[in-house]
Amino acid sequence: MIKTEEFLINMGPQHPSTHGVLRLILKLEGEKVIKATPVIGYLHRSLEKMAENRTYHQYIPLTDRLDYVTSMAGNFAYVLAVEKLLDIQIPQRAEFIRVIMLEYNRIASHLLWYGTLALDLGATTPFIYAFREREKILDLFEATCGNRLTYNYYRLGGVSFDLPENFIEYSKKFLKLLKEKMPDYEDLLTSNIIFLGRTKDKGIISSEEALNYGLTGPNLRASGIKWDIRRGEPFSIYPQLDFEIPTGNKGDIWDRYYLRLEEIRQSIKIIEQCLEKLPSGKHKINLPLKVKPKKGEIYSRIESSRGEMGFYIISDGSLKPYRVKIRAPSFSNLSIISKLLEGEKVADIVAILGSLDIILPEIDR
Amino acid sequence: MDQYLAKLILKFFHYKAPFLLLALGTAIITVAFVSLTVLFLIWLERKISAKIQSRMGPMLNGPRFMAQISMWLGGIFQTLWDALKLLLKEQVTPQNADKIVFWSAPVVVFTACLMTYVVIPFGPGLVVKDLNLGLLYILAVSTFSVISILMAGWGSNNKYSLLGGFRSAAQIISYEVPLIFSLLGVMILAGSLKLSEIVLAQGKVWFIIPQFLGFLIYFICSIAELNRPPFDIPEAESELVAGFHTEYSGMGFAMFFLSEFANMFVISALITTLFLGGWLLPFGLKLPSNLSFLGITIPYFNLFGSVLIFLIKTYLVILFFMWVRWTYPRPRPDQLMTFSWKILLPLSFLNLIGTSLGVIIWKI
Repeated sequence: MIKTEEFLINMGPQHPSTHGVLRLILKLEGEKVIKATPVIGYLHRSLEKMAENRTYHQYIPLTDRLDYVTSMAGNFAYVLAVEKLLDIQIPQRAEFIRVIMLEYNRIASHLLWYGTLALDLGATTPFIYAFREREKILDLFEATCGNRLTYNYYRLGGVSFDLPENFIEYSKKFLKLLKEKMPDYEDLLTSNIIFLGRTKDKGIISSEEALNYGLTGPNLRASGIKWDIRRGEPFSIYPQLDFEIPTGNKGDIWDRYYLRLEEIRQSIKIIEQCLEKLPSGKHKINLPLKVKPKKGEIYSRIESSRGEMGFYIISDGSLKPYRVKIRAPSFSNLSIISKLLEGEKVADIVAILGSLDIILPEIDR
Repeated sequence: MDQYLAKLILKFFHYKAPFLLLALGTAIITVAFVSLTVLFLIWLERKISAKIQSRMGPMLNGPRFMAQISMWLGGIFQTLWDALKLLLKEQVTPQNADKIVFWSAPVVVFTACLMTYVVIPFGPGLVVKDLNLGLLYILAVSTFSVISILMAGWGSNNKYSLLGGFRSAAQIISYEVPLIFSLLGVMILAGSLKLSEIVLAQGKVWFIIPQFLGFLIYFICSIAELNRPPFDIPEAESELVAGFHTEYSGMGFAMFFLSEFANMFVISALITTLFLGGWLLPFGLKLPSNLSFLGITIPYFNLFGSVLIFLIKTYLVILFFMWVRWTYPRPRPDQLMTFSWKILLPLSFLNLIGTSLGVIIWKI
């Protein structure tokens, strides 16, 4: 018998497919993973502490930097929490614009995820295809708020700008295009035999495990649990809209993949309804720069593209929040990784990690 | 090829060239051909991938006075500038690397790749050395790449490189077996290992028709042999950073990169030679030895035409390789092994038995 040794390898923080600066300490036996320990914190910017030195308005740009792929969700969650603290009503038009933007951002985020998963599995073409359409969404955002990545679009009491001219026309054209392109994405991966071999029955998360680890968003729904804050604890105008919550049944990588494609379709449906119902009126109510909420605390959450994005804000009645705690979906979603990777092959690490759709700035904050 | 060279020298310089000079001449021609082909292939790959992915690919490049020309030609000088940049770069050796092994690996891989060009027949008589055991020679020499990849993986003293090296050794060795078995059918049909004779044996019908299964197996195995996506497991970028050549910089990296493309040309040329009738036209058609067109006579048309046909076929095979590369995701190493041992190997046995039986029945 040849003497064998465990092979310790450091995957990250600089690695092409750890999606940022995640570091995984892998204990390998040949190609098999014995233990995987995630190390986080390389992108810590103390965003929660910084909130304590800023007024409620000033903190909005920093919420972009949480989940930079779905910055609208960060904005939305924070603004919603503060508005609940202030106890104000915002114009209907602003509500609709907010939902349109969030759903557009969800599509953009899922498209990016689709591309990077394909890239992790070694297929380069789907990545470019997904980015081609994502680019058009970014163009829409740029026309609306001037930014392409960190939008800083939501304001306390509405949104910073009204929709630009031709927005509805352009949107309808784009949504039609996206619906035409969806079969292309499916052709490239969904029933490809290599893709099926890599994703079916790999990285299975059972529904119990998903609940125990506090997973939210698509990862939870892929395990068969029908929980979406847009329906479970409706915020904004979601009760008025008609859409479904897709669920998976097995919780493997393929389920998580297919569920996200399905969510893109639902988001298209939501945006179409919003565009039709979009009321006229003001896009914002003017609040004073010095807003002082009453003494108290609030936890408010929304469904971002990755799961439950929540803000817990304690106000002491002054200009600045006393404490802000952020509940980032990726943080809980990542927690299951060492359990999932145990006993898997090296090649599956990136596939499983990629399928969880984590984003590091949100985890490290 | 040396007899043509000798004729040319005799005609223009009235000098009967000695063997050594001829050998040197052919070597220089071969190396020049390989380098130019590789530069062109890399550009072609980038352009094709761009077309598949709805991008532009390289367009504007180089100094200002050449940029416009480059633009008209679709950025064809891109690889030239890339190669120049790589030449000028510093060669970094990792601190704890085994220096001799580390730096000899790229040399070995490139030499082995050049050696395979020796027996490829580009046209009637246009071959550096038409060995009697040409096919065996190619199979033997192309296995050198495993050694160099293992050397690179071990010598770098990098864990990712080591994993890449091991993976590639496992992959290439397990794919070598069905690859050779799939070629046995061709050998039986042609009755020779000499590549030019294999081509001539396809005068009536190209071997792709009686040997279609063999062709498919060979094609799949050669993708694995070339370490090209979707079977690029040794250098799987998303898992192993860059696999065995993670630590190489400058020309060391360029050697691996160039040899990959040079190998692709060799494999495609080999597929053309073995399955697609080499330089021959289909249906037993023959090229005229001199072509008269509008009163202009082109001498040696037979020769030039053959080379042209050969290159067209080879490039079609290369295009197919590229198409596959930019479409599929990558399987897992263990899936790849299972595929080789459990599916390809039995199929290649079946192909061999079928061919042998067919030949016996045909003769009776």
